[in-house]
Amino acid sequence: MSARPEAAALAPGPSVSLRRRWRDADKSAWVWLVAIALLLLLVVNPLLRLLVVSFQQPDGSFTVANYVAAYSRARYLEALGHSLVLGVSAGTLCLVFGVPLAWALSRTDMPGKGLIWVSILGTFIIPPYLGAVGWILLAGPNAGWLNRAAVALTGADKGPFNIYSMPGLVLVTACYSFPYVFMFTKSALDLVSSEMEDAANILGAGTLRTMRSVTLPLVLPALLGAFILVFLEAIALFGSPALLALPGRFHVVTTQLWQFFEYPPKVGVAAAYAMPLLCVTVLLFWVQRRLTSRKGYVALTGKGGERRPVQLGAWKWPLLGWCLFVCTLSFFLPMVVICQAALAKAWGRGFALDNLTLANLRFTLFENTLTRNATIHTFLYAGAAALIAVLLAMVVAYVVNRELVGRRVGGVLSFLTMAPFVIPGIVLAIGFYAAYTHAPLLLYGTAWILILAFATRFLPIAYANSAASIRSIHPELEDAVRILGGTRLTAVRRVVLPLLKRSLAGAFILVFIPGTRELSSAIFLYSINTQVLSVLLFDKSDEGNFEMLASIGLVLVVITVALILVGFRLLGRDFMLRRTAA
Amino acid sequence: MSLVLRHVSRAFGGVTAVDDFNLALEEGELVSLLGPSGCGKTTTLRMIAGFLAPTAGTIEMDGEVISSPESVLPPERRRMSMIFQSYAIWPNMTVAENVGFGLELRKLASGEIRRRVDEILGVVQLGALRDRYPAELSGGQQQRVALARSIVVKPSLLLLDEPLSNLDANLREEMRLEIRRLHDEFKIAMVYVTHDQAEAMVTSDRIVVMDKGRIEQIDAPFELYARPRTRFVAGFIGRTNFLEGKPAAHGVDFGAFAVAPEALGLEARQRDAVVVSLRPQSIQLLRGEAAAADGRCRARGVVQRRSYLGEYWDYQVLLHGLAEPLRVSTRAHEVHEAGDAVVADIDPAQLTVIR
Repeated sequence: MSARPEAAALAPGPSVSLRRRWRDADKSAWVWLVAIALLLLLVVNPLLRLLVVSFQQPDGSFTVANYVAAYSRARYLEALGHSLVLGVSAGTLCLVFGVPLAWALSRTDMPGKGLIWVSILGTFIIPPYLGAVGWILLAGPNAGWLNRAAVALTGADKGPFNIYSMPGLVLVTACYSFPYVFMFTKSALDLVSSEMEDAANILGAGTLRTMRSVTLPLVLPALLGAFILVFLEAIALFGSPALLALPGRFHVVTTQLWQFFEYPPKVGVAAAYAMPLLCVTVLLFWVQRRLTSRKGYVALTGKGGERRPVQLGAWKWPLLGWCLFVCTLSFFLPMVVICQAALAKAWGRGFALDNLTLANLRFTLFENTLTRNATIHTFLYAGAAALIAVLLAMVVAYVVNRELVGRRVGGVLSFLTMAPFVIPGIVLAIGFYAAYTHAPLLLYGTAWILILAFATRFLPIAYANSAASIRSIHPELEDAVRILGGTRLTAVRRVVLPLLKRSLAGAFILVFIPGTRELSSAIFLYSINTQVLSVLLFDKSDEGNFEMLASIGLVLVVITVALILVGFRLLGRDFMLRRTAA
Repeated sequence: MSLVLRHVSRAFGGVTAVDDFNLALEEGELVSLLGPSGCGKTTTLRMIAGFLAPTAGTIEMDGEVISSPESVLPPERRRMSMIFQSYAIWPNMTVAENVGFGLELRKLASGEIRRRVDEILGVVQLGALRDRYPAELSGGQQQRVALARSIVVKPSLLLLDEPLSNLDANLREEMRLEIRRLHDEFKIAMVYVTHDQAEAMVTSDRIVVMDKGRIEQIDAPFELYARPRTRFVAGFIGRTNFLEGKPAAHGVDFGAFAVAPEALGLEARQRDAVVVSLRPQSIQLLRGEAAAADGRCRARGVVQRRSYLGEYWDYQVLLHGLAEPLRVSTRAHEVHEAGDAVVADIDPAQLTVIR
């Protein structure tokens, strides 16, 4: 070898051979390829099929008849209108519910903050359709507790409340969506420092004036963002409308979609009818992103600075009253009546001791094969879905973060993984139905279609978590394995996975929880042998056996609470919030 | 082991990070890549390791091409080892597990692994900490774990990426010597990336000075300091004064003094202006006579400013005929006040012509 590099450089190097290329090839590439294939199967194919089916006749030829059928009947258009009304009203009511609570907890010296916190967390835990069941028990036209109380108090022969109505639906929807507004607003308020308000005060603005001209504009983007989120949540909701609107004899988009699936299923029409829901969702999510990430509001990006609680004086009692009122509507009342019904021999007989029994729960969990199997399925499917979602999300996050496939392809993968976030569950389900009801990928009727649909639906949650935790691992930790002779897979197995254990467990729980209660996609994809608790709860709702409905619901709530407690133990108390942040 | 880099370049997007890098590493040699941050030294190191593909040129090990734009032998097959800036000690493994991992990957028997781990932990004085986890170690101890882990596998080539930059000054000085000692003990060829010239001078057989992706000069530390070939090298390795000289009838005229072209190693017919580097400690400050003796140059000047740095004085002296003051370092007992008239005594042999 020459001592003079300049001389060494002059001699030509050997040329590249195929043998050398094979020698140098990354032998672990198949793992990434499998993940990419799975992503195509879970996200791209269903959406593509949804679009294709909407333009297909049953024999496969092109047509626009589905769109004509979907938008030519007044009844169908009316349902679109109802969804719009539901979304806007629920969004508005959520602001009325959530903003005072957020302000009270973030900025004031109101007493009883802990209690309000706990009940908001409780509201998060109740699946919306279970809340709807609770409200049927409370405000059902004749037998509802509130109506009975009103009759007893006023002596009228009929109670004033009817939950099977648009106002009823709006109330129930708002009760279980206002926590979003609360969270958004509170985190925005937490970032407005007292100094900014002081600055306004010093210039002569009073408390109200300050709130109007300084605080409110600063949190406005968060409020709008939350409003949009609630709107989208409300129009994509299936459970509550199905429980409340169907008996009330009106339709919203989601229940109408469901009706298209009554035998014989009109998949094409359903797909066509789902398009506005999909488009509006995608569009509004984009707007929401823009609103909440805008850089102009320094206060929302900068550090908090010092914050002092506002001294409310006597005003703290009315504010606390309002907070308690909201929590009573969303949490205390429904939970009380659900527990009562679950533990009662007959819920109508009231809160007497001799009415108490564990028979319903025992029956639900052990004696009735249908509910027992559904409980097992719920755990099994949610667990499998969570496992798949976390594994896939983890691989994609790794591939993207470590730039194994180039930046552009990585961007596409990341986008695809996050895409289900903006696809309403019901639309995703129709896509899955369209894609996997015939050979060669006949999944319909098996548990797999539910598992994969759940996994897809909650993939973004798993991805946001995995991406964040992979970003926290220094790439040199893996480089150190490789330079010492380990392959990339060895590095992942021996270093990355052990370090990610806890956050992967966290991601697993965060997918498992919504997986156990998912209704809107399950309702289109289940079959007799693959019922889960949420579907069963909905299925049994027209039998009027509220003791059983409440028991099923209680089981779900207990599962969720147990999972959250495990999460707290494993990951600390903020692990739920990371999901909202992501 | 032999390593040759031929015309190696690397671009990121449109930005060239390394441009036409040529180097041949001798058996058992310790070469450092020295330059300011962003000069391409870490990029070069990562290309040698196989983490990055060159966009042009080839890297050969023992006559076989291991890196070219078309194909790169993955790092795990190069039998090298590396010390990272972040140390990259695996937090989920104990000290002994960290050190033994490379041997495990090389499929050694567990008894042999244990023996060699204990031996190397003895060498870096970490025997007592073998079952600790990295979070329980100090920065210096982590650094030693990284050292032990990379040496225990007896690599064909050890790469070091700013290994000492996260340590405090005292520890840094100690570890420099330690690295050199380990090099001498195990005779491992090393490529050492650093932005600290003292670190490079202490540890290296040869230093590659880089700037903006290009090699400025490759030389032994002494040569580099005494004979910098470019303005960048002269300025980067130690402090220096730059003087511009114009050829004239009485020699090359620097304004304050003139030197015969031959004394600078130039031809007598030199026509173009030249720039020379003159180290601050190559200038002596005298009082009184300005008459030059036995081929030395002398020039009158005034002390403008001075700073006392304990080990030496740092003067700024404006020589008559120059626009900029010269930096002059003298021993601590040679004291001049600001405003004093002095005579600068310069040996022409200390003037280094640079490109």
